[in-house]
Amino acid sequence: MKTNYILAFESSCDDTSVAVVDTEYKVYSNLISSQPNHLEFGGILPELASRLHMKNIMYLTSAALQEAKVDLDDIQAIAVSINPGLIGSLIVGLSFAKSLAWSRNLPLITVNHMLSHIFSNYLVHPNIKAPFLALVVSGGHTELVYFRTETEFEIVGKTLDDAAGETFDKTAKLMHLGFPGGPIIDRLAVGGDPSFFQFPRALKQKDNFNFSYSGVKTAMLQYIRSIDDEYLQEHQADIAASIQAAIVEPLIKKTVRWARLHNVENILLAGGVAANSALRSGLTTHANKYGINAYFPSLKLCMDNAAMVAAAAIPKFNQGLFASLDVNAFSTKGTKLI
Amino acid sequence: MFKKIDLLSEQDTIDLAAFVTPLLKPGDVLCLYGELGSGKTFFTKQVGKFLSINEEIDSPSFVLFKEYNSGRVPLYHLDLYRLRSEEELLDLGIFDMIENGITAIEWPELAENLLPSTTLKLRFHYDGYDRWVVVEPDPSLAEFFE
Repeated sequence: MKTNYILAFESSCDDTSVAVVDTEYKVYSNLISSQPNHLEFGGILPELASRLHMKNIMYLTSAALQEAKVDLDDIQAIAVSINPGLIGSLIVGLSFAKSLAWSRNLPLITVNHMLSHIFSNYLVHPNIKAPFLALVVSGGHTELVYFRTETEFEIVGKTLDDAAGETFDKTAKLMHLGFPGGPIIDRLAVGGDPSFFQFPRALKQKDNFNFSYSGVKTAMLQYIRSIDDEYLQEHQADIAASIQAAIVEPLIKKTVRWARLHNVENILLAGGVAANSALRSGLTTHANKYGINAYFPSLKLCMDNAAMVAAAAIPKFNQGLFASLDVNAFSTKGTKLI
Repeated sequence: MFKKIDLLSEQDTIDLAAFVTPLLKPGDVLCLYGELGSGKTFFTKQVGKFLSINEEIDSPSFVLFKEYNSGRVPLYHLDLYRLRSEEELLDLGIFDMIENGITAIEWPELAENLLPSTTLKLRFHYDGYDRWVVVEPDPSLAEFFE
């Protein structure tokens, strides 16, 4: 049988990534430009990011093809994420993908960045079958998505204010830690006491599957003002463990509760915060108690990468759902999700 | 002119949004100043409600810019925290579209020289105990805050 190769692009935020994946979810290359230039600013610099995308994308494309040992003649389709994200960054990836699709006369497949995170699980576990419940948690997203089939889904819960990853970043900033906050808090929290300080858990009602983190942020602000620097230094691990618990606990409880209520047997975790060790272990333990399987991607696939864009494009490739070349990128979630 | 308004409860912030929203017309800009956790996004959510927007208004910090078109007029919600220069802001192209709707900008310092004349500046404060806001209206809106 002929192998169908998909060349995929991801540029919705700070990383440019190019991947070659076949329609059996096998990854041949998945190159990510890590952009350490961002660290000195304590955040992602949007325009800087889109300029770097322009610089990186050509080189990464050649390198990805080379690593996969294929050339453009072998490629059957071009996949790219078009929303949501930083608009300038998205446009770089989309313009490049469109140009390639046009010049090589290949079908273009557009995917939603948030949903493509979910499909990164297929690269590790290609035999997962819908229905499943997915929890997407990153700097820009906290969404609970139920997939009836691989292309029919419904958002059943989401954050009403800040995303989980954003809460890690903002509370880490209040604690005078670096960026990004998630990995730093995760590391510091090892050995800390998660019950050291009780940060609030919002929307605790049993039938509420939305999330809210602005109260957690405010509580951290109040708490930091009530202690001095010396105390903060001394109890850094305990405070990190406590804030991590306040962010992660509602994610675990609500996800498993929804799955139990609706007899869903598989939970897929995805997005940058899926790399958090407390979330991974807590979700597995809690889900397994009720006979529910919890899947998550490898650590590399938790971050923004193009292989997941290819993975999300595979069901569309199989169904011939191609985009026209006048498609636009957009920054918000929009109505057309896949 | 400046007017200080105490925000003793969430309801006070909701009432402030209820008062402010009808004063705004397409092209107007709300500048929302204040530290992390001072209530800028909460206020914007309330403005959205009074514009009959039925989408969930969440934090724009990550993507810088979100637009909501389900209400009486479009609402544009920006967070300029991560931008470093006016040039970067102009590159985003948002000034081409904000004429069509009401714009709420968090961390607006960088945009001050680029904004249209009709703006309402709201400085949110939170000292760990009390919340208050200092309102600085454009002259055309001043009479409503006397």
